[in-house]
Amino acid sequence: MSAGQLPRWVDFGLIPALNLIAAFFVSGLVVLLIGENPLEAVEILLWGSLGYGEGIGFTLFNATSFIFTGLAVAVAFHAGLFNIGGEGQAYVGGLGVAFACLALDRYVPWWVTLPFAVAGGALFGAAWALIPAWLQATRGSHIVITTIMFNFIGAALMGYLLVDVIAKPGSMQPETRTFEDGGRLPLLDNLIPGDFFGTSQVNLSLVIALICCFLVWALIWRTRLGYEIRTFGANPTAAVYAGISPVRITIVTMLISGAMAGLMAINEIMGAQHRLLIEFVAGYGFVGIAVALMGRAHPVGIVLAAILFGMLYQGGAELSFEKPAITRDMIIVIQGLVILFAGALEYMFRPALVQLFSFAGAPAGQAD
Amino acid sequence: MTPAIELRKINKSFGPVHANKEIDLVVEKGSIHGIIGENGAGKSTLMSILYGFYQADRGDILISGEEVSIADSKTAISLGIGMVHQHFMLVDNFSVLENVVLGAEGSARLAGGLSKARKELKRLEDDYELRVDPDALIGDLPVGLQQRVEILKALFRGAEILILDEPTGVLTPAEADHLFKILEVLRDEGKTVLLITHKLREIMAITDTVSVMRRGEMVATRKTAETSMEDLAELMVGRRVLLQVDKKPAQPKEKVLVVDGLNVVDSRGVKVVKNVSFDVRAGEIVGIAGVSGNGQSELLETLAGIRSASKGTVWIDGELIDLEKRDVNAASMRQKNMGHVPEDRHRMGLVTSFAEYENAILGHHNDPRYSNGMLLDVAGIKETARMEIEKYDIRPPNPLLKTANFSGGNQQKIVLAREIERDPTVLLVGQPTRGVDIGAIEFIHKRLIELRDAGKGILLVSVELDEIRALADRVLVMFDGSIVGERAPDADESELGLLMAGVHGEAK
Repeated sequence: MSAGQLPRWVDFGLIPALNLIAAFFVSGLVVLLIGENPLEAVEILLWGSLGYGEGIGFTLFNATSFIFTGLAVAVAFHAGLFNIGGEGQAYVGGLGVAFACLALDRYVPWWVTLPFAVAGGALFGAAWALIPAWLQATRGSHIVITTIMFNFIGAALMGYLLVDVIAKPGSMQPETRTFEDGGRLPLLDNLIPGDFFGTSQVNLSLVIALICCFLVWALIWRTRLGYEIRTFGANPTAAVYAGISPVRITIVTMLISGAMAGLMAINEIMGAQHRLLIEFVAGYGFVGIAVALMGRAHPVGIVLAAILFGMLYQGGAELSFEKPAITRDMIIVIQGLVILFAGALEYMFRPALVQLFSFAGAPAGQAD
Repeated sequence: MTPAIELRKINKSFGPVHANKEIDLVVEKGSIHGIIGENGAGKSTLMSILYGFYQADRGDILISGEEVSIADSKTAISLGIGMVHQHFMLVDNFSVLENVVLGAEGSARLAGGLSKARKELKRLEDDYELRVDPDALIGDLPVGLQQRVEILKALFRGAEILILDEPTGVLTPAEADHLFKILEVLRDEGKTVLLITHKLREIMAITDTVSVMRRGEMVATRKTAETSMEDLAELMVGRRVLLQVDKKPAQPKEKVLVVDGLNVVDSRGVKVVKNVSFDVRAGEIVGIAGVSGNGQSELLETLAGIRSASKGTVWIDGELIDLEKRDVNAASMRQKNMGHVPEDRHRMGLVTSFAEYENAILGHHNDPRYSNGMLLDVAGIKETARMEIEKYDIRPPNPLLKTANFSGGNQQKIVLAREIERDPTVLLVGQPTRGVDIGAIEFIHKRLIELRDAGKGILLVSVELDEIRALADRVLVMFDGSIVGERAPDADESELGLLMAGVHGEAK
């Protein structure tokens, strides 16, 4: 029997839950340290993110972005590639979305613009992943290093474009003009009766994100390409034995990954900001890594993890508003702790659980 | 006389697996004691307990009559137990001397310890005829000498009891003979040797006493002189086994694989296959014998399309394939009806984290039979897997089980079923029974003979000379990248051994 077998529900349910509890426990200690009541803080956080329609709306809006960047990391992860460049790919993807919207918004309704915006975001995001992918596949330059570098290059490029090339004429702001209705996605609030989501910006992108989840699931577990991606990720030597080209898989996977990251701009640019502005990605690309890790690179897990991080962002904002002692920086500390426990210390509780379950006598058999 | 080692009622479980059950073992001082058993019988676990890698759940260990508890390998060494691992624990770019003192340097300054060690090494060499140049770099030494350094390392640390884990796997027959001579000298000087192996022949050749393990239990201990290979095999497996493969003479027909002037250069730029030419006919098994690392693996991988050749052509079933071309890969070779059972199933032949059924199509996943439009036909693949599981008696019969959870023999059957059931014209087979238990070996050998009799051409690479002799109809010997001779499988073993060692025999 291979060491460290655990029932699926432990691997996919209990361990993430334990990591989360540990993260909140340490966060609680931090809150206690600055003289606030941790239980009260939790209450505000939960109420702020889930307690009322508008809070839920903001939570879901954040979650939408996390789903895209989480899927981006997850797809690459299945091929054994660590795409740290979601931040840059989403940023450059924004350019593609903005181009589509700027070109079409005055002439056609949003549902005509949308396919072009989706294609633009995906294409630009994928393009930004192409060079690191090509360098990894043919030159062996490590993709972690190159994608990180490309985040900086992307930021510099976008800064230049927004300041010097595509900024609104006559404006000092590094941003494009605001899109007309033809470049704006409808808010969910407008699609359902009543005023449930209030002023929150949760929009149709959420549906696109969920469709992407399904497509990624089908791609990874139901298609030949997904089979090749998983084979290459799990055992590159066996992939070569099976006639799978490492160069092709590396590049194709990274293109898909970059496209997913680029789609995040649909939510921010076309769904909420209605203009391309500087640094709109704001760390969503990096947090996508934690989302994918916590969600075990599975779309269902990613949706759950994305909602969790959406709650932390929204509830955290509420918390720093209610409790001035808990500043915005404190919220980032708490988010950092969740990332630390869910991502970096992913396997902290595992050895103990493996022992526990082997003593409890897992089903016998399958001995070798 | 007090025995060197006495184990009493040793028990060790890993989760639900009872790896060692109530093991009793007495090893006499100054003897060579063999421990034989199939893979997974618990030999390695037992030795790991003795060397301090694992702690027994229950039971006592007595070394020279004194009860001890061995918490780690440091304790084991201080008790005079030394271990020569199957995979050497040496630093390639250190000299022999530096490797020997590694971890036992003696003082913060290296020089003093080294000169002391040099003297000690000289003494050991003289006492045990273990000659190695102390200043040679490990990376420059052949494996036989590297193993000698491992033995010196153990003796340098004062080992009285030496455990050798499958020591002959990487040696030529001549090197193995030399090792046995060394072990005999060690025994005669009063050291105790524990030899772990699955090769019956070695047990018969060298040990004084032999203990047989099966499924975690010690089933018998015999004086070697009073037992036979057949007895031991039966004890290992628990039933009578055929050690000889039952086969009719081959009826070779047309040439299905012709290799002409094949040259392969590896990633370091070393020429590993040198101008190799041969052919395989339909209905015959051609065996390639040779000590591991003489170019057989590279030859097999090149023919399978995994490596590219620097020069050379191949005809499969009359069709010319230029192996230098860039578009030759494993998928294109498979399309030419070339099957390939790779030497290392874990590294290459299987994705062990996949479910069994997913491995049933590895390399054949683009076959339209397993697709449903853009999607994989998962139900159909499972059906194929189920059929193969039944036909090849793969256990447990569950296509959804993770491949890592199958035993070595069953994993090999998964690979074999996948390749044979695609009905290849030529089948490349590497080390088909490495790490496979005797029962499965019998099954795999039978399948290969059946495939031969069905008129397929089989190229067999194995470092087990016995296996080559049992299966092949013709034997090619490879040394240093070249084919140095062809012999009939019933050729004199010492002659084959000399060829494998690179001593070009006079033409016969």
